[in-house]
Amino acid sequence: MIPKALRHALTAAILLSCAVPAIADPNMVVMKNFDYSPMSLTVPVGATVTWKNLDGEPHTVVSIDGAFRSQALDQNDTYSFTFKKAGTYKYVCSIHPKMMAAIVVK
Amino acid sequence: MIDETTSRRAALKCLGVGAGTLFTLSSGVFGAVDLTQAATVTQIGTPLFVQISDTHIGFNKDANPDVIGTLNRSIDMVNALPQQPSFAIHTGDVSHLSKAEQFDTAQQLLKRLRVSELHVVPGEHDVTDGPGTEFFARYGKPSNNKGYYSFDAGGVHFIALVNVMSFKAGGLGALGDDQLAWLKDDLSGRAASQPVVVFAHMPLWTIYEPWGWGTAEGDQLAAMLRRFGSVTVLNGHIHQIVQKVEGNITFHTARSTAYPQPTAGNGPGPGPLKVPPDQLPTMLGVTTVAAVSRTGPLALIDSTLA
Repeated sequence: MIPKALRHALTAAILLSCAVPAIADPNMVVMKNFDYSPMSLTVPVGATVTWKNLDGEPHTVVSIDGAFRSQALDQNDTYSFTFKKAGTYKYVCSIHPKMMAAIVVK
Repeated sequence: MIDETTSRRAALKCLGVGAGTLFTLSSGVFGAVDLTQAATVTQIGTPLFVQISDTHIGFNKDANPDVIGTLNRSIDMVNALPQQPSFAIHTGDVSHLSKAEQFDTAQQLLKRLRVSELHVVPGEHDVTDGPGTEFFARYGKPSNNKGYYSFDAGGVHFIALVNVMSFKAGGLGALGDDQLAWLKDDLSGRAASQPVVVFAHMPLWTIYEPWGWGTAEGDQLAAMLRRFGSVTVLNGHIHQIVQKVEGNITFHTARSTAYPQPTAGNGPGPGPLKVPPDQLPTMLGVTTVAAVSRTGPLALIDSTLA
């Protein structure tokens, strides 16, 4: 029989280990299986969005209108950009341009 | 005196041809011949050049933790050819992440190739900084930093193209109007009897659109090349051999020296494919290109590290 306190600790540990970055940070976009997730993210003006690549293949974050551009992100690398102006920012992976998503800044 | 056929057969053995296939073209008909029998059924000319592709220096994941080692083995294989080709082409993705130190390492390794020239076109992994600063600092000179240029060697007209700089969002690689206009000019007035070799990183014909394995203006390019009697189009990018023959045009993609990728549509995307260690050498290699005759089709010989 597992003591109650330990049981709670275990449950908390399991919950924490199951938490994906997108839940931990509402302004995070992950790259997984050649897709951005979420594909559309709405944030307030001044918010900093962080992208994290979970794939073994590198990806980039390149805005169509040139507002931002990451370096090649290897597995678990991150890139952040702070949005100072409202608007819809469409972006792609320049290595796999099939990957497309958008940040909506309101 | 050594019989020429015998010496060629010996040469082919040196290539480690157990796993190789020789591709020949006769009157536009494409035939694949096992290399162990090739010397008896066809004449193989002097190697004109060798194609190396997708070295991905900087890659260190499970699919191949030693891309330097496999590039070195590929270079050894080329250097062991009984007759050295006069030059080599690298069809892009020299580096994995466009980093200066990755390009430096690749450059040091590739210097060991016993060839007088190395012609390099960029892959999308080489230009992730946008303008391709590190790539063009090293390989931009022949093209005045445009990336596309042409030259003649051994009676063959060679055209280096770039299809990774102005990709179409959501789609394929692209050449762009400036490059197409330059190409039209480069080909105009050229004798249709001169063999033409075109090389670029991404496939110049559509292999699998959902993964971006193709070039937006591929049909325009093919139309410009159609009048020539012998056209060979060489690409990398997909880390496996796929070929197609359309009239007098042979399209052929090379293996990588770094890691294999899945076949089209097999999995979530075109990422590194982990295979059992004993299988890896059979999926990596280089392509040797030989001129069979002065104006005829070129012979493509794919050799693996196995």
